[in-house]
Amino acid sequence: MTTTAQAPAPAEPQATKPARERGSYLQQVLDSSATTIVVAIVIALVLASLLVVAADPDAQKALVYVFARPSDFFGAAWDAVYSTYSALFRGAIFDPQASGARQIRPITETMVSSVPLIFAGLGLGIGFRSGLFNIGAQGQVLIGAAAGAWVGFAVPMPAGLHVIVVCVAAAVAGGIWAGIAGFLKARTGASEVIVTIMLNSIAAYLVAYLLTTSVLRQPGSTRPITPPVKDTAVMPLLLGDQFRLHLGFLLAILAAVGVWWLMERSTIGFRFRAVGANQDAARTAGIKVTTVYVLVMLVAGGLAGLGGAMQIIGTDKTFQASSAGSIGFDAITVALLGRSRPLGTVLAALLFGALRAGSPLMQTAAGTPIDLVLVIQAVIVLLIAAPPLVRELSLVHWAAVPFGYDRKKAAA
Amino acid sequence: MRLELQGITKRFGSLVANDGIDLTFEPGEIHALLGENGAGKSTLMNVLYGLYQPDGGQIVVDGTARTFAGPGEAMAAGIGMVHQHFMLIPVFTVAENVVLGHEPVAGGGLIDLAQARRRVKEISDRFGFDVDPDALVEDLPVGVQQRVEIIKALSRDAEVLILDEPTAVLTPQETDELIGIMRQLKEAGTSVVFITHKLREVRAVADTISVIRRGKVVGTASPQDSEVELASLMVGRSVTLAVEKAPAEPGDATFQVRDLTVLDARGVAVVDDVSFDVRRGEILAIAGVQGNGQTELTETILGLRSPSAGHLLLDGTDLGPLTVGEVIEAGVGFVPEDRTTDGLIASFSIAENLVLDMHTSPQFARAGSLSPAKVAANAATRVQEFDIRAGSVQDPVSTLSGGNQQKVVLAREMSRPLRLLVASQPTRGLDVGSIEFVHKRIVAERDGGTPVIIVSTELDEVLALADRIAVMYRGTIIGTVDGGHAADRDVLGLMMAGVPLEQAREQAAGHHTALAEADEVAAGADPLVAPVQDAPVAPAPAAPVTPTPSTEEER
Repeated sequence: MTTTAQAPAPAEPQATKPARERGSYLQQVLDSSATTIVVAIVIALVLASLLVVAADPDAQKALVYVFARPSDFFGAAWDAVYSTYSALFRGAIFDPQASGARQIRPITETMVSSVPLIFAGLGLGIGFRSGLFNIGAQGQVLIGAAAGAWVGFAVPMPAGLHVIVVCVAAAVAGGIWAGIAGFLKARTGASEVIVTIMLNSIAAYLVAYLLTTSVLRQPGSTRPITPPVKDTAVMPLLLGDQFRLHLGFLLAILAAVGVWWLMERSTIGFRFRAVGANQDAARTAGIKVTTVYVLVMLVAGGLAGLGGAMQIIGTDKTFQASSAGSIGFDAITVALLGRSRPLGTVLAALLFGALRAGSPLMQTAAGTPIDLVLVIQAVIVLLIAAPPLVRELSLVHWAAVPFGYDRKKAAA
Repeated sequence: MRLELQGITKRFGSLVANDGIDLTFEPGEIHALLGENGAGKSTLMNVLYGLYQPDGGQIVVDGTARTFAGPGEAMAAGIGMVHQHFMLIPVFTVAENVVLGHEPVAGGGLIDLAQARRRVKEISDRFGFDVDPDALVEDLPVGVQQRVEIIKALSRDAEVLILDEPTAVLTPQETDELIGIMRQLKEAGTSVVFITHKLREVRAVADTISVIRRGKVVGTASPQDSEVELASLMVGRSVTLAVEKAPAEPGDATFQVRDLTVLDARGVAVVDDVSFDVRRGEILAIAGVQGNGQTELTETILGLRSPSAGHLLLDGTDLGPLTVGEVIEAGVGFVPEDRTTDGLIASFSIAENLVLDMHTSPQFARAGSLSPAKVAANAATRVQEFDIRAGSVQDPVSTLSGGNQQKVVLAREMSRPLRLLVASQPTRGLDVGSIEFVHKRIVAERDGGTPVIIVSTELDEVLALADRIAVMYRGTIIGTVDGGHAADRDVLGLMMAGVPLEQAREQAAGHHTALAEADEVAAGADPLVAPVQDAPVAPAPAAPVTPTPSTEEER
């Protein structure tokens, strides 16, 4: 007698469940940080294209009579944006106009540019996840590069070993440089933010001074530049002489895997994350928080120092004050964009490497100022810092509303 | 003023915090809202106070429906609220706090402080509050700060006063004074809405009791109903309030504290020459009002603080110079008083939190590498053993309710062999069901032969668990009494206020608190919970240490 009453009861949840799950799946995908980052990059490219149009002489001229002949303006605008981004693409990823194997040279250049960013970004990511806001990657990169360069040109060694010793020296130098901040925080409670910023300045002036002395300056030269590193200390190339891609890229990927293991699997990384997430609970659980501070800074500085060495023995072959460029500061953005995770950091570093590798061709071929790249980088950072703003500006999120996406829910 | 709530519904996403609640607050009555934590009491009051907008239903004041866009409008309609966490500015004076938001203005746009002072004085005198309008709020004891909050509400002509968990922060004596204030307010015609989950207080003071469970009014009760009846209404099943435990069989005193002094950053002794023993298989409860050195004492045992003098001997080893890690290694289990800041890492998974202080043990890690499989397997065992209601052990621990979070902490601390268990406020903020479970586990640990120290500011908990009770006051142990039936609630209350044991006994014999009186009435009315062992219902005033017959005596 109860069979008829029972039958619909179990059927009902089955009928409603898939619909609800689809709604929540859509919600999850659109609210994920990966979506936020991708949408942020797209929005940044769109905003940058507005700047490209505004700066383009043809488009400016056509704008004067836009109401009379709108097609002229929009044609000019399209041309400007298209030539800019296609030049960026040809410079950073694949160049169909080149001949033979050189067509893939742009993507290898992107990889080369990303190597120091991956190393430094990984180090910063470890710091961020451990609750240390290390702004000092720039100084650590510089010190690591200087130490690596010195070992590279001043200490003769057999091939193979030389590269290893250069890397170790750079890591140790960078680690000690960052370790100063870690030690001061552990001992005196000094803010690592302020100490690392100051250490950046100290590193810059220290290196600039050493480049004027016989320690680093090339004998007989008046310019502040070191002698070229010995051939034994140069990173082996991966794809032959046509390409600059060197072994450092593989080492960077290995480092990313190593950092993943360190943070996700090792007991040390467990302590790092515990201190980063709640240092009171970590301390109560018997974790020595001050030791963790010092260790984190040593590891982070070591990775940044390695990044500096890669720039010297992989790319520049000689060291000067400008060798580090803005690697340390870009690496902060890379780590933030990569959510401090190894895979994210590698992808973010590749993106920034691409922008860096593609921008010279963009300037020469399309006439777009190289500064546009900085604008794109800045807008990406601004947007990922404010996920609600991304959802507000994103057409994808608006379009998903009729399919059961709740835009307000994301905030919670 | 007659205030009605009709069909109030409030949702947060899929959670229905209030589900069609109907309540009527009559003028001049004390109406208690009783419910477990998370039952929806505070949400309801925030709707009433204009902090939340209801999704359904209406608020009716003297027959007309009203909507309150914010607390300002609710106040204008005569509704005042004293929040659980006081909304006072510590560096302002009482008068400044009271007029904050509707300051009387004198000529030239200056605040008329004289008038503010007069207003405070007038209300304070009317109810005998004894509050100095010029005192800085930060200098006042908690009980007086609460009165400032009440003055603040009354100065805006509140006719309905909502008190949200007002006794959570008070000593028993202060609670008694608050009950007196509530009665005075009632006589003056003010309605008082008294939100609480403490059964004794409800029975002592309320005229009407409405019980809220899972967002619904599940019934009304009379103050004459027994605690057991109220509790089962509240949690929806019958509960045994008393912890069932066999008498302690204490062994050797394996944990000894000798002449312990701990200084704070300013050099003031927060633990002042304290000595006590804890024996194997006994529970020593350290009672006292929050902030009398209990926190510092437990932190020193764990090694978070260093003693400036004295020793902490565990099986003959001095814990004083050891680091936290070494103390844990020595077999000390520690349940911190604030689980969210010190006990758990909110963003870590349940499984990770369950190994927080033993992640390097060979059980889970080899050659510096944690085994996720072993960590998960451990979590699966503990979740079952401690009845932790969780979706997946890989979910962040922050997704659990407070009771289940506390079970995670307990499960972690009790999953290794212990030589001492220190639990601070082990059931703070938990519902009745979880309290029962936590208490059982603590007693089980004691029965396993572990010396146990419980620090609690809840007298009910102290009486329920303790084999011996040490009362801390201003960093010293002011006295130690036996637990169980021998412990007198009044004596303990006086000791918590700094009265030495002997004097406390004398005073308690001649003094009866409002709470104890209510217990007596109920005990007389309800033979089921009346203590069997105490034949005379009324205590003989002449006898110095006659235990007050009350339902609590049964614990």
